[in-house]
Amino acid sequence: MESLLPLIILLPFFGALIIGVGGLAFPAIRQQEKAIGTVATLLVFIPFFILLNLFINYKEPIRFSILSWMQIGAFSLEFSYVLDQLSLLMGLIVTGVGGIIHLYSIGYMHGDKGFYKYFAYLNLFIFAMNNLVMADNLLVTFLGWEGVGACSYFLIGFWYKDMMKAKAAQKAFVVNRIGDFAFIVAMLIAYHVAGSLKYEALVGNITGHWAFWMTLLLFIAATGKSAQIPLYVWLPDAMAGPTPVSALIHAATMVTAGIYLIARMSWVYIQVPEVLMIIGAVSALTALLAASIAIAQNDIKKVLAYSTVSQLGYMFMGLGAGAFAAAIFHLMTHAFFKACLFLGSGSVIHAMEHTHAVKDPQDIRTMGGLRKYLPSTSITFWIATLAIAGIPPLAGFFSKDEILSRNFFAGHTYAIYYVYWLIGVLTAFLTAFYMTRLSTLTFEGKPRFNAEEHPPHESPAVMTIPLWILAIFSIIGGFFGLPELFGHGKYNWITHHWLSIEENPLLATQEDFLKEALHPSLGMEIFLITLSIVIALLGVFLALRLYKKHALQGDELLAKRLGKFYNVLQNKYYVDELYERIIVKPFVAFSEKVLDWIDRNIVDGVVDGTGESVQGFAELLRRLQTGIIQNYALLIWLGVILLLAQFLFMA
Amino acid sequence: MSIGFIVFTLLAIVGAMGMITSRNPVYSVLYMILSLFSLAGLFLTLQAQFLFIIQIIVYAGAIMILFLFVIMLLNLTRKDTVAIRFNASSVFAVVFAAVFFTQLLTAVSVFSKTSLDQNENYLYSTVESIGHALLTEYVLPFELISLILLVAIVAAIVIAKKYRGI
Amino acid sequence: MSVMHYLIVSSLLFSLGALGVLLRRNAIIVFMCVELMLNAANLAFVAFSRFHNDAAGAMMVFFVMCVAAAEAVVGLAIIIAMFRNKQTVNLSEFNLFKW
Repeated sequence: MESLLPLIILLPFFGALIIGVGGLAFPAIRQQEKAIGTVATLLVFIPFFILLNLFINYKEPIRFSILSWMQIGAFSLEFSYVLDQLSLLMGLIVTGVGGIIHLYSIGYMHGDKGFYKYFAYLNLFIFAMNNLVMADNLLVTFLGWEGVGACSYFLIGFWYKDMMKAKAAQKAFVVNRIGDFAFIVAMLIAYHVAGSLKYEALVGNITGHWAFWMTLLLFIAATGKSAQIPLYVWLPDAMAGPTPVSALIHAATMVTAGIYLIARMSWVYIQVPEVLMIIGAVSALTALLAASIAIAQNDIKKVLAYSTVSQLGYMFMGLGAGAFAAAIFHLMTHAFFKACLFLGSGSVIHAMEHTHAVKDPQDIRTMGGLRKYLPSTSITFWIATLAIAGIPPLAGFFSKDEILSRNFFAGHTYAIYYVYWLIGVLTAFLTAFYMTRLSTLTFEGKPRFNAEEHPPHESPAVMTIPLWILAIFSIIGGFFGLPELFGHGKYNWITHHWLSIEENPLLATQEDFLKEALHPSLGMEIFLITLSIVIALLGVFLALRLYKKHALQGDELLAKRLGKFYNVLQNKYYVDELYERIIVKPFVAFSEKVLDWIDRNIVDGVVDGTGESVQGFAELLRRLQTGIIQNYALLIWLGVILLLAQFLFMA
Repeated sequence: MSIGFIVFTLLAIVGAMGMITSRNPVYSVLYMILSLFSLAGLFLTLQAQFLFIIQIIVYAGAIMILFLFVIMLLNLTRKDTVAIRFNASSVFAVVFAAVFFTQLLTAVSVFSKTSLDQNENYLYSTVESIGHALLTEYVLPFELISLILLVAIVAAIVIAKKYRGI
Repeated sequence: MSVMHYLIVSSLLFSLGALGVLLRRNAIIVFMCVELMLNAANLAFVAFSRFHNDAAGAMMVFFVMCVAAAEAVVGLAIIIAMFRNKQTVNLSEFNLFKW
């Protein structure tokens, strides 16, 4: 088993190398879609099964190293990895969900010219993500962090000939850079204070105001990658890439990097309640904002994108309340149902493209009644919808309830968490509402397109099997973390066994943060759970009633009820416009007016001045070139004399 | 201090000065031959008989005759037989020569204690010993130098040949 | 008699040769001055060979003479080519390198 460990990291990398370089060098390979797809998928599933084996036989953190990168004095840097509970779980999610999405992509990307390129990027992405979650030091994590950023740039801009898509990729990259910068600064602080970048060496060595700044900076980094206010704007635009990419990168794995990072550094975070409260505030706002925007969107992928932002907000709310295990739990269940939703939407888009009947295959206003044509897709999509809406006993209910109740408990110590909890409950309602709206408008009612001429057809098995797998996990995923109500958490496997303090000293718990044991009363528990269920059911019920009956007119009724506010929602609170006005425009104007002048006059002046002074000097020096050989000989002799003098008198 | 050394030294210097100062290149060649003969004499005072004889045959005999031959061949005019003109660069040249000579004197002064014993025999004075050395230890440079001479012959013909149309 | 005496003569002849190279404008005389410099070096070689009773110095002189012969042949051929070009061997006339 030991010798297999490096394969977890290396196999996807080799896959990217073989497929990418092979495809570039030998155009004949590009046509072998089946071979490419199989190889790429296998190279992700093999690490998955290795990890699964380790997971089942888990006893203690497993360490391994691939190569030594550099050694500068006492500072050494290795590509070394640690597989503890947290990284094993993350690795399983990355390779498991990633592998399923690879499988799905074989069907989805069929016939695309860049098929080989796509799979090379996908494998490279898995490689980067594995580095991120398995590294045992901040720097290798950062490499993975940058790696997934680069891969997401490649994949969002995969159809780069479309200017809009290329721009979306650029936007994602630039916005992420802001967060990456914060990461670098945080890393410098860690090294300055603790003298090491290893996670284990950091525990307990970062204190006081250093801890405050480092945690805050890491959170800013996380807002970039995990799409929180104010850096979330890239994620909705990132839907420009192929749909499986959205599922893989912008729902299930890459965006979870920020959650993982904060959970990893949880021991530092619990020292600074202020930062955790900031995280709580930002994430609660993000969750509410994104959920409200999602109500008024008509692009199937946009709705899902905003729902991702909102769910990421939930995860951060869990982190903010110090319930790191709960956040990771929600991360896991979310990976299942969000991947399922995105892949399902891919299947829908696939079908709509084949009808040739509509201009925009992603617009839900032109869909409707698809259940008849896409049975597998619609059932799995509905399962995932109910899961994300929080209907028991599906996965989303347990994880979301865990986060909400943890926030409520934290309110006992720091009252502000009651506010966050309230926002969370409101968001849960909105989530149930907009997700039901999406599914209803897509699959129910009568077709709003010409279905007779080109009836849409169900996707091939290679696409529906992944959907079913993910749907099953969306159902059973929640049982890994049953709430306190059942035997005081005895059956809550995630919190009380897998990510518990006894098992993993690197992961702090909410008790560590609040410095008191939680013993919520049974009545309180029942109240919270009942509230969650009622809220979710209410959201689903209202949406069903509105859209099942009125279909598209439901939006108009809603708009009438909300008045001008609906317009604001439709325009996403004008955040993009706001950023455009207060950041991009002034920056461009500043560049045009000031930087341009500096470049023309000062920078160019220096450059031209250098050139001119050299020319002037050369004008003088050229007089030496008399053309008479003896003058040259004279100078050579002078040199000889000087050298001789050096030998004779200096030595 | 042997008489031979002093005489040959003086003759060599006179020859060198004469060569530098003569306007007419033919005179220069003649002075040069004097200088080369004197150098051959100095070789003799060092017991280098073989080098003495090839100095006379090769240098004074063959090479200088080649110079003379070329001077005769080229129809030199008044423009070519100019005297030394004294200008800034020639002043520099004289100064440099003086400085350089002083430096060399400083450098060679370390050998003032060495003495050449007249009773000791110089091992490489005869054709036999030199020939033996050439064909054993120095056989590779010896073969190479023959190649260089061959190349020089071909090169001289190619360079000096008249090309039509160029 | 010491090696130094021969070296002084050698130095003087070498300096004179170099001076001639710089002073004279006639290419043939310049060339002869170069030959004089070679000979001055030869004298030093012979003196050292005699002093150390070593073959290397004598061999070097032998090879220098051969190279000088080859050089003279090629050099004079070049001078002939130069003369054919400009009808003169005065070096002041050859200033193609001038700025």
